[in-house]
Amino acid sequence: MKLWESASLIRSKNAGPFVLTLDIMFSDRGTYEMVRDSGALDRTAVAAIYGVPLADVDGYACDNALALKFSMPRRLSQGEFGDGDMHGGQQYAPLLDIEVTA
Amino acid sequence: MQEMTYIAAIGAVGAGVDPDALSAALAVGPQFIAADAGTTDAGAFALGTGATAFSRDAVKRDLSVMIAAGLEAGVPVIVGSAGTAGADVHVDWVVGIVDEIAQELEQTLRVAAVYAEQDRSVLVERLAAGDIRPLRHATELSRDVLSGCERVVAMMGVEPLQQALATGAQVVIAGRSSDAALFAALPLVHGFPEGLAWHAGKVVECGTMACETMGRGVMVVTLREDSFSVWPIGDGLRCTPQSVAAHSLYETADPYHFAEASGTVDLTGCTYAQEDAVTVRVRESRFVEAAEHTLKLEGATLLGYEAMIVGGVRDPLIIAQLDSWLGVIDEYVRGSVARLMGVEIDDCDYRLGFQVYGRNAVMGALEPAPGPAHEVGIVCTTLAPTQEEATEMIKLCRQPLLHAPIPQWKGSITGFACLHNPAWVELGPAYGFALNHVLVPGDRDVFRLREQTVGTRGSRPAVAEVA
Repeated sequence: MKLWESASLIRSKNAGPFVLTLDIMFSDRGTYEMVRDSGALDRTAVAAIYGVPLADVDGYACDNALALKFSMPRRLSQGEFGDGDMHGGQQYAPLLDIEVTA
Repeated sequence: MQEMTYIAAIGAVGAGVDPDALSAALAVGPQFIAADAGTTDAGAFALGTGATAFSRDAVKRDLSVMIAAGLEAGVPVIVGSAGTAGADVHVDWVVGIVDEIAQELEQTLRVAAVYAEQDRSVLVERLAAGDIRPLRHATELSRDVLSGCERVVAMMGVEPLQQALATGAQVVIAGRSSDAALFAALPLVHGFPEGLAWHAGKVVECGTMACETMGRGVMVVTLREDSFSVWPIGDGLRCTPQSVAAHSLYETADPYHFAEASGTVDLTGCTYAQEDAVTVRVRESRFVEAAEHTLKLEGATLLGYEAMIVGGVRDPLIIAQLDSWLGVIDEYVRGSVARLMGVEIDDCDYRLGFQVYGRNAVMGALEPAPGPAHEVGIVCTTLAPTQEEATEMIKLCRQPLLHAPIPQWKGSITGFACLHNPAWVELGPAYGFALNHVLVPGDRDVFRLREQTVGTRGSRPAVAEVA
């Protein structure tokens, strides 16, 4: 199963002008826990996909929100010349096809 | 006080307060009505120029509804991060709107304005004294970068808002503020637990976004000694434990810890329970007092002026060699800018960029599926220290974009489809955020409070400086 098929919402957004944050949210606890424990979506995977040193990626499993969250510095700060995504809202696409089958 | 109930009127003043929901919500007996009016979401433009994200009409409409509700309930209305960026020009702009509303109501209103803009020369002194400190991932802050900022604001916590409320103001218009502080200020005066007061503010500062599905309506909080309840008023809206817990993820790096001026809100032990069909009860929100207060600084710096040409390419032969084709154009423009304008495109003060939509304009080097597409859109942008130069540069881009050759075609081609005539568009000033730092205020006054009575028909507002 791909991540986009199992999640209820996958989104990215600025967390302030210098940080990008990724939220992967689920509508049922079983799927959330399956993905959380699958090992397919962790800090290491996110660091590799986004080309960021592992130490710069923070990861959170939010059990009461049924959500996984990752935060990292932006490559270009918001609005810098060449920044193509002012709100950081379209940076989640590389996550969609991650295989998360337990 | 056993309980305190308040209303969060909307997530952003100007976005359209629901007057029916706000009117209905007054039945809960609120102690105050508050809303955030600011955001850094769209970029540094508002802070840089003094412009606002919402129109004057839209802000006036929302403020009218909120002030009418505040007057009906006899409670203060609190607006924070006034006018999008919460600089002094924004606060004055909103106070002017409040004055106009009062005039139209044919009555006076006691307004407390709190100013958050910082004198850059004072900040340079504070930097030298070691009182400006980098946040995580921040680069070294130089004196030149700091003094070169167009405007700098400090983000206030609850204390300046509490001073404003203590004046007996009917309306508080605050500059750059912590969103949650708008809702925590009065509860903390009455001794409610810090963790719950701050967390409740966090939940409702974006309005109905903490609901399962957001929509038109207002949010209500009742704070108690051991918990808070949060619920929406509006058709079809409901809070669930998941929706309230999930809201603490939105636009924040760390979903469990929120840094405020006076300490850190810690949500790691929080519990969320469904209280009735639409209400969630939250417990165990903690607050860890900081050893010293720190105020987040925001500064906008002028990057330069921009101009652009928008167009597309449909020829598959060009698309197949897009990088080398753009390379030819890039080199040609650099040469003509140097020859005709006498300046170098140095990728610092003078820049030339191509965003290729249909390939990787949104994700750049991280794009996992870079094409080829059957058609690509190209936004060619120039940046220079003046608009005249940026415009001159973009004019030098049109011919090479149109006619840069590829080896497969013999003779003159037109390989670029312009969207506009003139092909170029002047974009004006571009701003970036320059500061990722906090100010240690010590015992200095960083924010300025100004009491005034507005709305006296036909006379100037009475002004009294109190701090």
